[in-house]
Amino acid sequence: MDWKQLWDITTAPDNVPIVILGILTPFYLWYGFREAVRNDRLITQLEADPALAKTHHRRHQPYHPAWDKTVHVWPYLLRIEFLAALIVTAALIVWAVYFDAPLEEPSNPTLTMNPAKAPWYFLGLQEMLVYFDPWIAGVMLPNVIVVGLMAIPYMDTSPLGNGYYTWKQRKFALSGFMFGYLVLWLALAFVGTFIRGPGWMWFWPGETWDAHRVVHEVNVHLHEIVGLTDPVQIGIFGGVVTLGFMAVAGGVTDTLLRKYKPELFRKMNLVQYLHLVGFLVCMSALPVKMFLKLALGIKYVWVTPWFNV
Amino acid sequence: MAAKNEPDTPGLGDVLEKVKEAGPQHVKWLQNPFETQLWRSIFRHKLDETPRNRSLAVLSNVFLHLHPAKINRDAVRYTFTWGMGGITFYLFLILTFTGVALMFYYHPDKANAFRDILAIKNDVPFGNLLRNLHRWAAHSMIITVWMHQMRVFMTGSYKPPREFNWNIGVILLLITMLLSFTGYLLPDDQLGFWAVTVGTNMARATPLIGHEGPFGPQIGATPFNDIRFAMLGGSIVDANALLRAYIWHCVGLPLIGGTFMIVHFWRIRKDGSISGPAPVMLASEVPTAKGRR
Repeated sequence: MDWKQLWDITTAPDNVPIVILGILTPFYLWYGFREAVRNDRLITQLEADPALAKTHHRRHQPYHPAWDKTVHVWPYLLRIEFLAALIVTAALIVWAVYFDAPLEEPSNPTLTMNPAKAPWYFLGLQEMLVYFDPWIAGVMLPNVIVVGLMAIPYMDTSPLGNGYYTWKQRKFALSGFMFGYLVLWLALAFVGTFIRGPGWMWFWPGETWDAHRVVHEVNVHLHEIVGLTDPVQIGIFGGVVTLGFMAVAGGVTDTLLRKYKPELFRKMNLVQYLHLVGFLVCMSALPVKMFLKLALGIKYVWVTPWFNV
Repeated sequence: MAAKNEPDTPGLGDVLEKVKEAGPQHVKWLQNPFETQLWRSIFRHKLDETPRNRSLAVLSNVFLHLHPAKINRDAVRYTFTWGMGGITFYLFLILTFTGVALMFYYHPDKANAFRDILAIKNDVPFGNLLRNLHRWAAHSMIITVWMHQMRVFMTGSYKPPREFNWNIGVILLLITMLLSFTGYLLPDDQLGFWAVTVGTNMARATPLIGHEGPFGPQIGATPFNDIRFAMLGGSIVDANALLRAYIWHCVGLPLIGGTFMIVHFWRIRKDGSISGPAPVMLASEVPTAKGRR
């Protein structure tokens, strides 16, 4: 166990933010889900008692009919904002006094940094480069992420959970988002920061980053396992497998959705539904390819003269 | 011929009269500065704690009137908003101030950039603190933007009527990360140089418009005309890339981001202010009629 190595990575000034993020994320998840549990308890109570539901104020926060429904922004909100500004300023000054912004040697195109890492907030993308070629990991996936995020409000047709925390009413939406954000984005960024060392090799936490370590890595392409050699056959085979995966994954997603979320299917129109299935398939492609690469050592599924998948 | 109706020119006696008056007058002003013309010209409302004055404090102030005069009593609870959006904006302001200060000491060219950073670190009074503040505020802003997005998702605040503002938010998230990324190159050290090299190398692989991307070479993309060339102003990360990163970082992206921020804040107000904590809705109350918006 190389504690110094672990300490060096964790306290590298540019890694401090992701360490902070690693502490804040679980805290705020708990903080949000605590509110969700409170609301869910209220929802269960109101569903069981329709008479109460008619008269209830419908919030779990303390309530009294004589209280004003609104408060003045000055001072009740502005004092909080002022306090927040003070705390943020103080925290930043302390941070800036104790941690210097990193500065390496002058840029030198002839001396490659090893590992050459992007800043921590892009390490999720850089980690995806292990599993996909740059045209997918660096170009297509970021675009799918952005478009997918933007499409969320137009695919989520449920009017429930608008403006309050709830788990009970939005299990599917919340788990989908949390899987994408926490697993496919944050976890990959953490892997990129703490696990990937020189040569982008995999080092468990506490393992020494040995730039000269030799990894006996056997990467094969799927068509080699099948034993194809003719480029035309390889191209057609890969296309069938890749598009076949998309079709099967789409079919499975569709079947599961209709079986377990029939109300969701009924409420959506065809365009919304097809996009939802499409984005879910794209999201599933990353863990599937990660499994193929990490567990089976398969690099490419589809090899053509123009692009590889 | 002197005009008979002209008043007398004030003489020495009138001046002395004025001086005598001035004493008590100044005492009065100092005792109650809020009654002076100067004060009243700046602040249009009185200060006693009436609902009217509390509202006017917000409404008659160009900066504060981003807010409504009154809000839902539960919306000020930290448990609902986590304050992340507001902190993000505050960090943007800190970054603007520290960034402008840093610009005074920085030349965006290969001969000077790195040396300027050394000068900021070692010679400029409080320069190191200034640079550190800028760096950590930038990283914090990424954290708070992500947290803000997580909160907005968890509270379902992207749902109608706020769908469009969620989209603006996604664009702002992207701009925040691009701002951070363009700033990374500016010290012109190994860290920024290789991070930007790795980052922009991905652009080679853009389908059609990258020279290593699918069908790029087939339609004539080369290292000297593709999307990466446009980003770097060359085929390698060099002087032009530094200048482009600088201009995007200090001018282009802040202007675009600022514009989207204006829309973002304006839409918060127009879409009914903060989304909650809203009264909970029961599944049995969801309207089933078709054509519901």
